[in-house]
Amino acid sequence: MSHAEDTAGTRRDFLYYATAGAGVVATGAAVWPLVNQMNPSADVRALASIDVDISGIAEGSQLTVLWRGKPVFVRYRTADEIKAAQDVTLADLVDTTSNNNNQPETDASDANRALDKDGKWLVMMGVCTHLGCVPLGDGAGDFGGWFCPCHGSQYDTSGRIRKGPAPRNLEVPVAAFTNETTIKLG
Amino acid sequence: MAGIPHDHYEPKPGFQTWLHNRLPVVSLLYDTLMLPTPKNLNWMWIWGIVLTFCLALQIVTGIVLAMHYTPNVDMAFASVEHIMRDVNGGVMLRYLHANGASLFFFAVYCHIFRGLYYGSYKAPREVTWVIGMIIYFLMIATAFMGYVLPWGQMSFWGATVITGLFGAIPGVGTALQEWLLGGFAVGNATLNRFFSLHYLLPFVIAGLVGVHIWAFHTTGNNNPTGVEVRRTSKAEVEADTVPFWPYYVVKDLFALAVIMMIFFAIVGFMPNYLGDPDNYIQANPLATPAHIVPEWYLLPFYAILRTFDNTVWVVQLVHFVTFGIVDSKLFGVIAMAGAILAMALAPWLDTSSVRSGRYRPMFKAWFAVLVVDFVVLMWCGSQVPSAFTGWVGLIASTYWFAYFLVILPLLGVLEKPLLQPVSIEADFKSHYADPAE
Repeated sequence: MSHAEDTAGTRRDFLYYATAGAGVVATGAAVWPLVNQMNPSADVRALASIDVDISGIAEGSQLTVLWRGKPVFVRYRTADEIKAAQDVTLADLVDTTSNNNNQPETDASDANRALDKDGKWLVMMGVCTHLGCVPLGDGAGDFGGWFCPCHGSQYDTSGRIRKGPAPRNLEVPVAAFTNETTIKLG
Repeated sequence: MAGIPHDHYEPKPGFQTWLHNRLPVVSLLYDTLMLPTPKNLNWMWIWGIVLTFCLALQIVTGIVLAMHYTPNVDMAFASVEHIMRDVNGGVMLRYLHANGASLFFFAVYCHIFRGLYYGSYKAPREVTWVIGMIIYFLMIATAFMGYVLPWGQMSFWGATVITGLFGAIPGVGTALQEWLLGGFAVGNATLNRFFSLHYLLPFVIAGLVGVHIWAFHTTGNNNPTGVEVRRTSKAEVEADTVPFWPYYVVKDLFALAVIMMIFFAIVGFMPNYLGDPDNYIQANPLATPAHIVPEWYLLPFYAILRTFDNTVWVVQLVHFVTFGIVDSKLFGVIAMAGAILAMALAPWLDTSSVRSGRYRPMFKAWFAVLVVDFVVLMWCGSQVPSAFTGWVGLIASTYWFAYFLVILPLLGVLEKPLLQPVSIEADFKSHYADPAE
């Protein structure tokens, strides 16, 4: 099915598609830098890791530090808070994953959320998993943990979501003790 | 479709003809201003002019405010105080701009509900309606970004909550949110780009307003009877309409003057009445204000956003059916966007062939409930979350969706409309038996 006019048409079609294709690629290459410039810049990405001194935190109180532009809660829990957190069964929870970056893919039992074996130290992002407000601490809310003032999400003493619109437990960031009194975030 | 027949611009010999043959700009202005406009338009048809005025006011005051404002997290709050205390007349300019946004939204809600009652969204005006909805959506985006600029507590936390909405999108949410923010949280990069976009979007809106006007100048205005202007002869057109200039220009300017009296009373005597005192505290990323609320004009949709928590059975059902992809957070986001989308789809959801609510007895009642519903949602959005507001918010949100998705489609089938007048002229004569010449 080839004769002279078809050959000419095919050649023209080829040039047409090749030009259009090159035009699309060139437009994409020109637009990408304009899109990518909005991603976090190098100086923002550089502040990825900080050390936190926890020697001054008394039992039953909480230190809030700013890390990557967001607050991190470091709470020295009381024995009552630890017991309350451990007594909760997984069936009572909205989100049954630990949401702990140090122990991925674990369930939301309190042992998988606390930073140390005794469960005294709870380190979490102070960012409500609903829309990113900072929950109020020091036993706020119906479950003695945290309460988000924006839309009423309630977290228990292990920072697990119990009631309200938030879908997930408060995120536990990558954190580790570098010595007795210092926690490294990130 | 060439629009309603009317006299066109005839350039006089000499300069007018010379210019007309090169750039027919006078002709464009003439045809725009001399548009035959239904002669029975009531006071709800003034909001278009008010909105045009608001857009101009916001652009003019915004441009001069930008001459004194600094979009940097360390200086933004102070530069706004500098505008308030040091810049000549700065306090007035800022209060005009802030309250101008309120007037803008008040007018747009009147305009939208006017359209909903008189069926202005129906064929052949669907494109006008959809462009209007896009303008409204851009107004929300512009107002939101503008509210972030003073870098107060409400600015910062409002931005955190709203950009958090994008984080709810499965898979790409976090990456998208960081891309929007330019960081892991709301920060300097966010403030800078919001300033840039807050300056840009009003000009996009201005362009769309031009298209909006072009669209309804092609179809002709709707009017309170919903009956179309007769187009078969110029005599009939002239019996149904008056030219926009001077009749409606004078009427609209009078209405604008009355509204300006109220507006300037608010700007002059109670400029902070509609604002939130928390925004006079500088942004602090470590402390959320006790009660985050948007400005009044965004409250109804904010109420819809937060009403769908994981105690609502619909949310639980959707969560189960989608294998957990759509959680309560994403559901709220979808509901909020859907509330505006449902309104934008009204031309295709309303099955009634009668345009104006004036001749639809059942529709009238449901529409009245929708207006009340809007106010109730606004109230819910302003309240501290509690069990009671949760229930009220849920019922009110449900009605919003039910009105567009269930009631409008069903009414066209169930309702027996009243008799419509044969023409605008006939309706006009039945009200004003002997018009003064």
